[in-house]
Amino acid sequence: MTSIRHEAYRLPNFCNFGVWLRILLGANGLAVMAVVAGNHSFSELTSELAALAAYFEWPLIASLSLLCLLSKHIERLSYAYGVTVVVISAVATTAGVYVLLLPFDRLSATPYRLMPTLFWAVACAAVLLFYFNARARLQSPALAEARLMALTSRIRPHFLFNALNAVLGVIRSDPRRAEAALEELADLFRVLMRENRELVPLSDEIALARQYLNLERLRLGERLQVKWDIESCPPDALVPPLMLQPLLENAVYHGIEPGEQAGEISIHFARRGDQLLIELANPYVVGASSHVGSHMALANLGERLMLFYDLEARLETEANDGRFVVRIVTPYRHGVGQ
Amino acid sequence: MSVAPLRVLIVDDEAPARSRLKNLLADINADLANVVVAEAADGVEALECIHRLEGGVDVALVDIRMPRLDGIGLAQHLAAMPGAAAVIFTTAYDQYAVRAFELSAIDYLLKPVRAQRLLAALGKLPQGVADAALLQRLAPEGRKHLHSTERGRVLLIPMAEILFLRAELKYVTVHTLVREYLVEESLTHLEQEFAELFIRIHRSCMVARSAIAGCERESDSDGEAHWALLLHGVAEKLPVSRRQWPLIKALLKEE
Repeated sequence: MTSIRHEAYRLPNFCNFGVWLRILLGANGLAVMAVVAGNHSFSELTSELAALAAYFEWPLIASLSLLCLLSKHIERLSYAYGVTVVVISAVATTAGVYVLLLPFDRLSATPYRLMPTLFWAVACAAVLLFYFNARARLQSPALAEARLMALTSRIRPHFLFNALNAVLGVIRSDPRRAEAALEELADLFRVLMRENRELVPLSDEIALARQYLNLERLRLGERLQVKWDIESCPPDALVPPLMLQPLLENAVYHGIEPGEQAGEISIHFARRGDQLLIELANPYVVGASSHVGSHMALANLGERLMLFYDLEARLETEANDGRFVVRIVTPYRHGVGQ
Repeated sequence: MSVAPLRVLIVDDEAPARSRLKNLLADINADLANVVVAEAADGVEALECIHRLEGGVDVALVDIRMPRLDGIGLAQHLAAMPGAAAVIFTTAYDQYAVRAFELSAIDYLLKPVRAQRLLAALGKLPQGVADAALLQRLAPEGRKHLHSTERGRVLLIPMAEILFLRAELKYVTVHTLVREYLVEESLTHLEQEFAELFIRIHRSCMVARSAIAGCERESDSDGEAHWALLLHGVAEKLPVSRRQWPLIKALLKEE
């Protein structure tokens, strides 16, 4: 699932945390409404809700787990067959849990009967499938791609014009350096202008970031210090394209340029189980120019992470001890074999 | 018939940007005689150059975004120094500043600068320093520091740290919690510029409104009584003149 294109007009990914969250919330909402609607006296409401939890959560979680296990196979089916599998799994797990729980049932005032329970399971599955279908239509691939394109094509004009000015500044004294800088600028803009909707290997992102930093070093000289800490990270990890460069641009603009002394940007990658951790820190210059631009770049990246990973990615920032830190956690995906 | 060459100061924190301007100035030297008298990497260095250079500076080419003291801050300081250099701002991209320049009909240079454009800008130099309307647009909150020169070094004194200022013979002494500085400005100008921050308590003394702690009745050696002001963090009691007392009394009552 490296492309947005694959996500639409399909069943949701049943292994996705965001999908689970939505299903659990949605199904519970429906169930509580049903109980409240069918409730005869207010005093019985608590016990009915408790009974519901027993009859409801277990089949729901069992069914979701089953679908997650089967997800590789379900992905290959057509939408209609997929829906059938989902409904069958809902019915099967509900019936299974019903049979298992029946001997222990002392909670409910009016014991649930099998057929209505199954009816509710099917209805619930249908409503949720309808929701995911509608959501996929709303976030059609064309729309999602348009949003992605709009979000990635923003580079600061500040950087472009300063870089060109720096190249012009060294062109007479150091023509080779000027040549190299123009080549780097060309590479950078080639990436900035392509369609950035596929996840890319982390090594590509790092190479691009180094080119960008070389260009900035041309004009900032020794003021720009960079520390990479990427040993503990698998280079085949896949990340959203142009994730690092805007963060570095931010760090240079707000952390290095306003500083009188040399400043250090540190970049740290690590894999933690099935998660990828990215941490970027720069000096925090008190009283420097407003951080409006920085908020925009971060909000922009946050939105792109949402488009790529839904609720599975996080972006946090904090400022302490004179450092501004951006921390990103994404699911670890890797290139080969997918 | 040789006209004295234009004395130019280049102020930019990026070395390649400075060397680019130097190249261009050399290129247009035949059309407009000029000499680069100094280069500075930020506003503070620029002030040091201006104080140091015997022959003065005719025009400063000033980048807007710089560490320590930025281009707008530098222009504010120059505006408070009579006869200081004219300022031409340079910027790679700053929509906000550019809008302010357009509104104030002030010439500015966009980086990368072209030789012809530089020649045109230097050909019709602004008279004196950047005008007040422009500075008001660019930085409505006004100057953030005063500056003091000591042995060729320029020290910035943040406005927020100043407790009181006192007029001496030729200078103003600026008192903070830590130490005092000499500043080459007139108390009257400072009073006009910073009326919101400071209040005059005496012909030769002005205090930070936020530092006022209270007042005390004191009697002179000749037996005449007057009021004195107490400031947070200052041991000295500052006499209030009879003329200013009603103002100070009203201010103390408000709090």
